[in-house]
Amino acid sequence: MALLDVQNLRTYYTTLRGSVKATDDVNLQVEKGEALGLAGESGCGKTTVALSILKILPPGGRIIGGKIFFRDENIVDVKESEFRKRIRWKGISIVFQGAMNALNPVYKVSDQIVEAILTHEDVSKKEAEERVAKLLETVGLDPSRASNYPHEFSGGMRQRALIAMSLACNPELLIADEPGTALDVIVVAQVLKLLTELKSKLNLSMILITHDLSIIAETCEKTAIMYAGKLAEYADVVSIFKQPLHPYTQGLIGAFPSIKAPKTRIPSIPGLPPDLLNPPSGCRFNPRCMHAMDVCRTKEPEYIGISKGHYVACHLVGMK
Amino acid sequence: MGFWETILSRSQLFVRAVDGISFDIKKGEVFGLAGESGSGKTTTGRLILRLTEPTTGKIYFKDSDITNISEKNFKALRRKMQIVFQDPYESLNPRMTIRDIIAEPLRVQGLSSEVEVEGRVREALEDVELVPPEEFIYRFPHELSGGQRQRVAVARAFTLNPEFIVADEPVSMLDISIRAEILNLMLALVEKHRASFLYITHDLALARHMCDRVAVMYLGKIVESSATEKVIFEPLHPYTKALISAVPVPDPTSERIEVVIPGEIPSPINIPHGCRFHTRCPVAMDICPKKEPAFIDVGNQHYVACNYYQ
Repeated sequence: MALLDVQNLRTYYTTLRGSVKATDDVNLQVEKGEALGLAGESGCGKTTVALSILKILPPGGRIIGGKIFFRDENIVDVKESEFRKRIRWKGISIVFQGAMNALNPVYKVSDQIVEAILTHEDVSKKEAEERVAKLLETVGLDPSRASNYPHEFSGGMRQRALIAMSLACNPELLIADEPGTALDVIVVAQVLKLLTELKSKLNLSMILITHDLSIIAETCEKTAIMYAGKLAEYADVVSIFKQPLHPYTQGLIGAFPSIKAPKTRIPSIPGLPPDLLNPPSGCRFNPRCMHAMDVCRTKEPEYIGISKGHYVACHLVGMK
Repeated sequence: MGFWETILSRSQLFVRAVDGISFDIKKGEVFGLAGESGSGKTTTGRLILRLTEPTTGKIYFKDSDITNISEKNFKALRRKMQIVFQDPYESLNPRMTIRDIIAEPLRVQGLSSEVEVEGRVREALEDVELVPPEEFIYRFPHELSGGQRQRVAVARAFTLNPEFIVADEPVSMLDISIRAEILNLMLALVEKHRASFLYITHDLALARHMCDRVAVMYLGKIVESSATEKVIFEPLHPYTKALISAVPVPDPTSERIEVVIPGEIPSPINIPHGCRFHTRCPVAMDICPKKEPAFIDVGNQHYVACNYYQ
């Protein structure tokens, strides 16, 4: 029984120009103590999946279909007051993209983490502050710096502080949205190392959202590749990299040259990601796919299991 | 320093963005300048093109000293030296049509008649594969995607047949699947124009695939420089080794050799004494906080600034 089981999730945004089908029929599972990498380019819907799971969609966004099972309970139907008390931050928490800007500049770091604790748990302020000191240690920060303001922290330290905040109520699942953005290479390596250590030390489950497949290769057990709101491929991380089946996955992996691999011309995927107000008919990737057949332009491919735990939505693969 | 101290104190603080670097770029070469934030790589690119004034030192272009020539004389040089910026959303004037953006260098340099301009713009658009050109010439930047805008920036840079191009993180703000295309396009144009190319990036994996030679910068200094293969596969400087090991590899089965260095890059206002990397260096020796290492050739044109090799 998976800790998190997302089934046929559909989240649409209502805009003046119509309905943006941001997430369309997404399925994924995360086991306890496991990290799932959710990969795709901008606009593919991966952040929408995270916001749907935490039920913090912006105005206009709504889950219009599907189920999200967390600890065997469908949390889509749980009322907000309940959700805030039991699930958000206590069961599932998130580290948002762009750590630099996520902290309030006029409050001390410690006060912000205390706020998170007091919002979700019935403890005294003093107790919360003691927990903050321990949390900072867990993420490799000096607890005496709890009373600093965010601007006194470097980028990497702020990212760690946000991770500490996300762990404040001992969640079982942590979602990290683009944990490497705006951070230097070496700091990203430090942060990834921290996340990996937390995963094993606390038996923490994680969803790592990123466009950088290399990060997923280093930290995750499973990978889900999204394109234009749909799941293109889903498998364990070794299968995704060694036997990518979906043409988009193959193109995406090719777009990440390895620093150690022989020097080659980096292959590219022609065209542009589609407009989700008016996605292409049939398979959303068909305008850019070099293997596109007639059926691809008219019929959406089914999401099918190819081998154990390896799923693809592609007519070409389905035919073999 | 406190608020009043900062206002009232007489000591001047300097950000030593680029602190004594020497390097050369050969004709037709793709030279990579790699480093993390605060390394001085962007400032270096801007200095060469005089978008920032150098404080001291010399810059030679084709054996001429161009360091102190007047802005007026530099204008002629700008025909030969061009730049592509990182942000395709900020580097194009939103109130100009694509045609005017690409034609601007030609008009500024007073090089062509309007008839010629039209032809050159179409050719430039074809070179960057924004075809058919008619579809793009009267559009405005906001009507184009990030990748298309960057192609316009590239077209603009090559309009004058430059001999030297600086590209500062030209694809870091673009989606992954289109980065390769823009990079390959730039390489093709560089080859076509037989130009030299200074490629500034924090992405060592890309630098490895693009560049003939690479220089690694840290806090305003070049710490290592050589042919790309040598820097990537036989790194000498501890910082280079750490940087390379920190680059994530898109292969879950590859062995990870970890070179862990603690902390973060110090502020360029308060540069550590001696070797500026010593505060984080895993193999720092007693001499390192005292002596700044010279940048020397340790054999086969492999340059490194590290007390260990001296």
